[in-house]
Amino acid sequence: MLPTPELARRIRRHSVLMTSRANASHIGSSLSMADLLAVLYGEFLRFDPQHPDWPDRDRFILSKGHGCAALYAVLAETGYFPVERLETFYQDGSPLAGHATHKDVAGVEVSTGSLGHGLSLGTGMALAGKRDGKAHRVWVLLSDGECDEGSTWEPALFAPHHRLDNLVAIVDYNKIQSFGTVKEVLDLEPLADKWRAFGWGVREIDGHDLGAIREAFAAVPFVADRPSCIVAHTIKGKGVSYMENQLLWHYRAPRGQDLEIALREIGEESQ
Amino acid sequence: MRTAFLETLFELAKADERIVFLTGDLGFSVVEPFARQLPKQFVNAGVAEQNMTAIAAGMALSGKIALTYSIANFPTLRCLEHIRNDVCYHEANVKIVAVGGGFAYGALGASHHATEELGVMRMMPGMTVVAPADPIEARLATRAIVAHPGPCYIRLGKAGEPNVHEGPIDFELGRAIQVRDGRDVTLLSTGGMLKTAVGVARRLAERGVEARVLSLHTLKPLDTEAVLAAARETGAVVTLEQHSIIGGLGSAVAEVLAESGLPVKFKRIGLPSAFSPRVGSQQYLEEQNGLTEEPVLRAVEGLLGR
Repeated sequence: MLPTPELARRIRRHSVLMTSRANASHIGSSLSMADLLAVLYGEFLRFDPQHPDWPDRDRFILSKGHGCAALYAVLAETGYFPVERLETFYQDGSPLAGHATHKDVAGVEVSTGSLGHGLSLGTGMALAGKRDGKAHRVWVLLSDGECDEGSTWEPALFAPHHRLDNLVAIVDYNKIQSFGTVKEVLDLEPLADKWRAFGWGVREIDGHDLGAIREAFAAVPFVADRPSCIVAHTIKGKGVSYMENQLLWHYRAPRGQDLEIALREIGEESQ
Repeated sequence: MRTAFLETLFELAKADERIVFLTGDLGFSVVEPFARQLPKQFVNAGVAEQNMTAIAAGMALSGKIALTYSIANFPTLRCLEHIRNDVCYHEANVKIVAVGGGFAYGALGASHHATEELGVMRMMPGMTVVAPADPIEARLATRAIVAHPGPCYIRLGKAGEPNVHEGPIDFELGRAIQVRDGRDVTLLSTGGMLKTAVGVARRLAERGVEARVLSLHTLKPLDTEAVLAAARETGAVVTLEQHSIIGGLGSAVAEVLAESGLPVKFKRIGLPSAFSPRVGSQQYLEEQNGLTEEPVLRAVEGLLGR
């Protein structure tokens, strides 16, 4: 397995190249969660790329399916499929759709793209695991904008009631949603307190501090018999200076000089 | 039908621990024995049908056979996208169960009139759609959907409907059941309208018209062979359903007949695409909408030019 910083760097580099090639949206959303994915896949998730259906694997669900470039990238880098396949992102006839898609993509547990589905799906998997006495965990990564969906709060209510301490929700709190900042569109604050009030063990971390992410992941469940929620404060477009905290990069694809700058800032292979 | 379903499911679940039953907080006084005796296979999801549906999908993707249970439109229309994306796209082994199909809860108001959901469920990719006619069919349909891998929707009536079939039947998903044979016209019925179809056929016989009656308990996949045979052999086809004439049995049969090129007289009997202006008992609303024996009889005779 690659060192985690290098895995994070590669996720960013692939994501930039994929969205550029495809002229696709959502690069900012992939970059904000790159560090979370790198620590999770690099250090915590138990999986076997040779046996994607291994029953005792940990499950990861990308509920914010639009950030899928980063997910496909980490799956390729961890051996689920060849890195070259990332070049087919968005292309005619490719299974690598612009929202996380499970069909013919090894390692993608479930298809998402409509927001407010992933946490319920993960809750169902966690409940089945509990009832069967299994030890695996279910990790679900949500966007902040997705917390507007009422259907996010249905499993938020359900999971603590059923004591699903094998479930972890991570909110990629980059503070920018489709049409503006979270604060402007539909303020979520106090977000951590909302999860706490629903009965979750909650921690807030800097979602780009690998040590802090590692420490939080290692500490779940934060409260005995409770699901855990990590509110990860992140920066949309993290790692490319001109994209950081810019709504524009929810939509625009980096091309030409923009692409050159992005790749330069993300850096070359470190080993 | 509800009792037939619950008894059968209870029996199946005792023998197969993969079966999990999720309810949207409904089933007071009927679901308790299941919940008490099989707690590991029971989930009350609360009043949250979207979550219930996706949890069922998540459990099914972990090896369970998951049933979601609620009334009227709540387990279908309320959570439609969760059915489409989470259940159907993943080909998850989820069975959606609705009690109170059609006007079974007629007096409760338009919110509780389940009159479009068969059509909507038919459109879901990979979904098997079943509407049994009576408790006998409901028992066999319950076994069939649990044994069938993949998404299913079953529309039940309520409690206390009479059996229409008089003896044992062969029940197979996607295969129509012939209740009565005849050469002059075919009445195709789905769900609880079979009782009316049989009554109409009896009255037609008194007037010298021999009607074939088929119970099309499975709307999808439709038994196209039985439909085409009816058109060929009787020359006139009437569909009967407690559902909008858009999207349900009438539409499904019309699609088959239109593409068949067969010369056939055809009439859909169902509900207009409209909300019922008044509430009332199932019987009352059937009368208001021309779904009782007398108006159906007149419609059939009109079609036959008698």
